[in-house]
Amino acid sequence: MPDLSRRNFLKTTAAFGLGAAAGIGFPAVLRAQSSGTVKVGVLHSLSGTMAISEVSLRDVCMMAFEEINAKGGVMGKKIEPVVVDPASNWDLFAEKAKQLLLQDKVAVTFGCWTSVSRKSVLPVFENNEGLLFYPVQYEGEECSKAVFYTGATPNQQLIPAAEYLMSKEGGGYKKFYLLGTDYVFPRTANKILRAFLVAKGVPADNIAEEYTPFNHQDYQTIVGKIKRFASGGGACVLSTINGDSNVPFYKEFANQGLRSETAPIMAFSVAEDELRGMDTSALVGHLAAWNYFQSVDTPQNKRFIQSFRNYCEKNKLPGGTKRVTDDPMEAAYFGVYVWKQAVEKAKSFDVAAVRKAVYGQKFLAPGGEIRMHDYNHHTWKPVLIGEIHKDGQFKIVSRSKGLVEPEPWSKYTSPDKGCDWVKHQGTYQKS
Amino acid sequence: MITALLLALALLSGLTTPAAAQSAAPSPSPEIVKAMAEVASSDATVQEAAAVALGKSGDRKILPLLEALREGSVYVRTLPGGKKETVIVGDKVNEGDKTLVPLFSGYGREPIQGADGKQVLADLTKLEEVSTGRSLRIVLRPLIDAFSGQTQLADPDWTVRQAAAVKMGNSGDPAALPALTETLAKEKDRWVRYALEEAIALIQLKSGPPAERVIAATRLGALGSSDGAERIREVAAASDSPPDLKEAAAASVKRIERWSLLTQGIQVAFQGVSLSSILLLMALGLAIIFGLMGVINMAHGELMALGAYTTFVTQGWFQGHAPNAFEYYFLVALPLSFLVAGVAGFVLERGVIRFLYGRPLETLLLTWGISLMIQQGLRLWFGAANVDVISPKWLSGGVPVMVGIQLPYNRLFIIGLATVAVAAMYLLLFKTDAGLRIRAVTQNRGMAACLGVRSRRVDALTFAFGAGLAGIAGCALTQIGNVGPELGQNYIVDSFMVVVTGGVGKLLGTILAALGIGGLNKIIEPGLGAVFGKVAILVAVILFIQRRPSGLFAAKGRYADS
Repeated sequence: MPDLSRRNFLKTTAAFGLGAAAGIGFPAVLRAQSSGTVKVGVLHSLSGTMAISEVSLRDVCMMAFEEINAKGGVMGKKIEPVVVDPASNWDLFAEKAKQLLLQDKVAVTFGCWTSVSRKSVLPVFENNEGLLFYPVQYEGEECSKAVFYTGATPNQQLIPAAEYLMSKEGGGYKKFYLLGTDYVFPRTANKILRAFLVAKGVPADNIAEEYTPFNHQDYQTIVGKIKRFASGGGACVLSTINGDSNVPFYKEFANQGLRSETAPIMAFSVAEDELRGMDTSALVGHLAAWNYFQSVDTPQNKRFIQSFRNYCEKNKLPGGTKRVTDDPMEAAYFGVYVWKQAVEKAKSFDVAAVRKAVYGQKFLAPGGEIRMHDYNHHTWKPVLIGEIHKDGQFKIVSRSKGLVEPEPWSKYTSPDKGCDWVKHQGTYQKS
Repeated sequence: MITALLLALALLSGLTTPAAAQSAAPSPSPEIVKAMAEVASSDATVQEAAAVALGKSGDRKILPLLEALREGSVYVRTLPGGKKETVIVGDKVNEGDKTLVPLFSGYGREPIQGADGKQVLADLTKLEEVSTGRSLRIVLRPLIDAFSGQTQLADPDWTVRQAAAVKMGNSGDPAALPALTETLAKEKDRWVRYALEEAIALIQLKSGPPAERVIAATRLGALGSSDGAERIREVAAASDSPPDLKEAAAASVKRIERWSLLTQGIQVAFQGVSLSSILLLMALGLAIIFGLMGVINMAHGELMALGAYTTFVTQGWFQGHAPNAFEYYFLVALPLSFLVAGVAGFVLERGVIRFLYGRPLETLLLTWGISLMIQQGLRLWFGAANVDVISPKWLSGGVPVMVGIQLPYNRLFIIGLATVAVAAMYLLLFKTDAGLRIRAVTQNRGMAACLGVRSRRVDALTFAFGAGLAGIAGCALTQIGNVGPELGQNYIVDSFMVVVTGGVGKLLGTILAALGIGGLNKIIEPGLGAVFGKVAILVAVILFIQRRPSGLFAAKGRYADS
């Protein structure tokens, strides 16, 4: 934050302090007239390692609440957000979720980023008739009654990206280097990608797989390996490298003489918000696959970006008008509206009724119209491939035809499993 | 078809009237003009045929239009009088609620000037968008590649020329051969020449006459071509290859394999040295503070972070105040980082640490607390997100030293910096009076004080010097890693590991330990992978410390146990 002078900084902290104080004081005032409000929970880490990513989701949810309240709320009731901070601590996630459901009795919760945090709150939401909207792309293999997944499943991000690279238009790549940080998402993602590539006839010798620890900084050896792997041409990298490690990786990649024209990197975890803290010069020309980019050219996206900037400026959030929007933020934002529409359709805040009303719900999201699935709790989304530009934005180079159906159980790794909450009880065996 | 013809006519006239005034550029051939109009057609088949016609025309001035089509920034504007023109639009400018775009000509992408001599800004809603479907983009890709390959072969940047040659070679397209041979005749850069020769041989091996294929196979072996390895192996194994070709290919495979073994060896050695130099730079400051003075400084990592943020601030200042000298900001940042971290170290020592000499547990807790305070301070001041430190041009990229090996400039620089730092420290400690006093105080404080050494002052300066070295390490690390509030946490463990393994109090031990750990890491990593490589290193260090609890070089004599 280069523009954060000392004076600004003091103002920001003061505003934060006041905001926090108001946050504590507010519910007490409102509870007195609680007939006119409905409580919703926001469960995102505001401190700790995940704060970098999750604070933006909190911000965008709060903005959606404000917009809805300004237009009269949900069924005449104003939304009263209960924001808690699970502090990037997985046990605390379950504890805070319990607090939201049992103590605050929220109608719905918007939250979580990492898969481990979601897994830790799952039993809490399932056992207490809770409802969670989860906005981040994830590895799939889950089908919970208590959760609506507004982010992508593997077939809405990984597979189209690999297909694009294999296509004539994408460059017709034949060798794939699967590189990731060592935790559950990259491991599962690469399992699915490998199964897909093998099914498409890519010989096992042409697929390499490699993992690095969190915060890995020294990519010399790996880039050396990629360089040998890429000799002879036709090779690309599918990267699920997370957060911090991306800068050293891309820098080393460029410095050892590899270029995006000959060996492009397709990233699944690099979005606009992450690019804010990076020297992007080494990333230019490489690719990323998402369901939304800030550069999507729709009127509603222009409004979305503008209102987010205004919101950040008005509330003196760090970054102010320089803030960007990205895929998980869009998913978090339309999640709020999908819930609102479902409540209005069900004419009730009751979780069971709302859940049924969510099925098939449509909404004109910033990135284009999306549709909630009729029975599997995931979302029909468009798939976009973007090329990284110097200004940290993406130029969209490929767009799926229409919406892609979500498949929580990948047909490449679990062809016998399905997810259905209408005709079955969640995950079932296909016969 | 008739509409297309009309369009073409309209375009032709449109180009002759206003465009004639703006430049004397050669005007496009009638076929191109026709195709340019047809590319804007709403009929996909007409569009694709026109794109192919444009691609086949071989006119380089048409490349921008093809690229713009792929990006979707081609529009049709209606000139006064109802004539239509295919144009390329630039980046959007928002003016009030209107979106304006600068216009460029479809042929040659030259700015279209209005009557006032300025570039025309058009209202986007008044233009007709030319839609680019998926199938058109598929058609465009090879056309653009063929074009851009030739343009890139003439690029002033040698890395672009090299990449273009490599790509053409790998594609094996015989159509690229004339362009490659032509460029080779003019090319002076050794590495581009190499890439060109390799590409030519690769194409010849794939589709040349039999005699040429044998020569190409041998040539690739002589070049030690890693890009050709796979192709040659295929040729050697193929049953339909003539015997003389097989023989040549088999011999070349051996040569390439030998060469690649050699380059891999050199690569691993360089990687080991590079990692060692980074470890050494991180550990040097700690070797003084912890090794010589015996202070367990948990805030060492945060002193590095201070150095890194100093670099960030310096960069920001240069961007704002001296953009012309931006390339040299790093040279200013280095001494500044030393100063900032050194002053912080001095204040730390004078402020708190001097009251706690000889009480290791309290120092540990205290410095840990201070590390948290510095971290949080950085977070509040600069924000929790990482900040971007842009590498100057002379620290980006690398120098190719031999076929298959390119050494990154930033790593070379850090190796040099570590060497200079060690040399400076050696000279200071062993060749100057100040160094003599430092050694005297650290070895026997009481005796040194008796002999008239102002031990308190020496303590403070030694600590500040160690902290300053940490600052320099932080500054150097901005060129290879991230800069964020948690930066220190990532490096503190490695720093202590190096100092402890080397033997507390021994400079030589620290150097050897850094070399050992770095080298071992890079030897292990290719086989075990990064995750287990790290585990293996920790296990190795634990086993080593078990056998030699006081490290590589144990302190001997009277103060061994103090």
